[in-house]
Amino acid sequence: MKDNNIPLGGGKTPGLGKWKLQKDLFTAFCRVGLLGFGGGPAAIPIFHQEVVRNYKWMDEDEFGDTLALANTMPGPIATKLAGYIGYKVGGKLGCLNAILACVLPTSLMMIVLIGILQKYKDISWVKNMSASVVPVVAVMLGILSWDFIKKSGDTLGWKKALTMLVAAGLLMEALNIHPAIIIVVVLIFIFFPIRRRGKKA
Amino acid sequence: MIYWQLFLAFFISGMLGYGGGPATIPLVENEVVGTYGWMDTQEFSEVVAIGNSLPGPIATKMAASIGYSEGGILGAFVAIFATVAPSLFLMIGLMAVLMKYKDHPKVKSITKLIRPIIAILLVFMTVQFVETSVEGVGILFTGIIALASYLMLQKWNWHPAFVIMIALAFGAVTGIEW
Repeated sequence: MKDNNIPLGGGKTPGLGKWKLQKDLFTAFCRVGLLGFGGGPAAIPIFHQEVVRNYKWMDEDEFGDTLALANTMPGPIATKLAGYIGYKVGGKLGCLNAILACVLPTSLMMIVLIGILQKYKDISWVKNMSASVVPVVAVMLGILSWDFIKKSGDTLGWKKALTMLVAAGLLMEALNIHPAIIIVVVLIFIFFPIRRRGKKA
Repeated sequence: MIYWQLFLAFFISGMLGYGGGPATIPLVENEVVGTYGWMDTQEFSEVVAIGNSLPGPIATKMAASIGYSEGGILGAFVAIFATVAPSLFLMIGLMAVLMKYKDHPKVKSITKLIRPIIAILLVFMTVQFVETSVEGVGILFTGIIALASYLMLQKWNWHPAFVIMIALAFGAVTGIEW
């Protein structure tokens, strides 16, 4: 069974323990934010390290369940995990604290670096510098595309995956339909029972 | 007005990106470059490049820098909030219900069925970046840099930050007006 020793909304813990907990939350998620290269999904092992092994806020099973659920929800995975775990062990303050620790340091670095690049962008060699980064990003996106395509093929079967790829591609490029509409339609399709019964997935 | 647009842009991207931060990249691009025209592909690629060479979640790094360049400090906060808050509230709010249904095949198939849509968006984006690159540094340099970075990233498993730094150095050296 699930470990219920951890009080939900630990804000009730009196005195020093409360601040110690908030300090721990901040340290843990700051480390997660600063050590995870390759975006949120790459930081999952570091989350596991801090949350399960280091601070023991969750056991293996509970962390696994939380991760599985976070994956079924939209949006960035890192902030969902940090926010939820922060809320669970430290209440509303813990939630805010965990998110800030995870997001703020790298956001600030990002703003500073982009600012520097923008300031000097009219100098010819700086201009060429940022132009030379475009093909690298194209390759990175190409690799990411292939990851998504391969995973689609593995989980849906290639026939279904390719059909969906082509269909979505045509809808977006030829008919200029916003991707949001296609995603919402697929969501409706998943949860619309009548349609489902006739068509075995 | 700009704050509301920032909120909408990052709210939509955040709520539709199944598969974590990287899945939101093409959705953010769609809003920022396509719908609102805040940036061109070149500028957006700088954001992705620098974002990829820094640690931490990519979605909030994009939100922070784009929000800041369009709406200052408040803009950055609005964009980060719109990226983080809705899916987090959803998760905290629905956790109890979700725990019960997490093994239900329908819940499990959400990410599976959304994935191909994100994949094709990523493909389009890749093509668009190649086009921009050919306009920027020409077809020869695009080929050389793309091939070199592919080898570094995929074959030799070098760190993205390192690869980006090499590309920046290469661009700086070849861009000096002698």
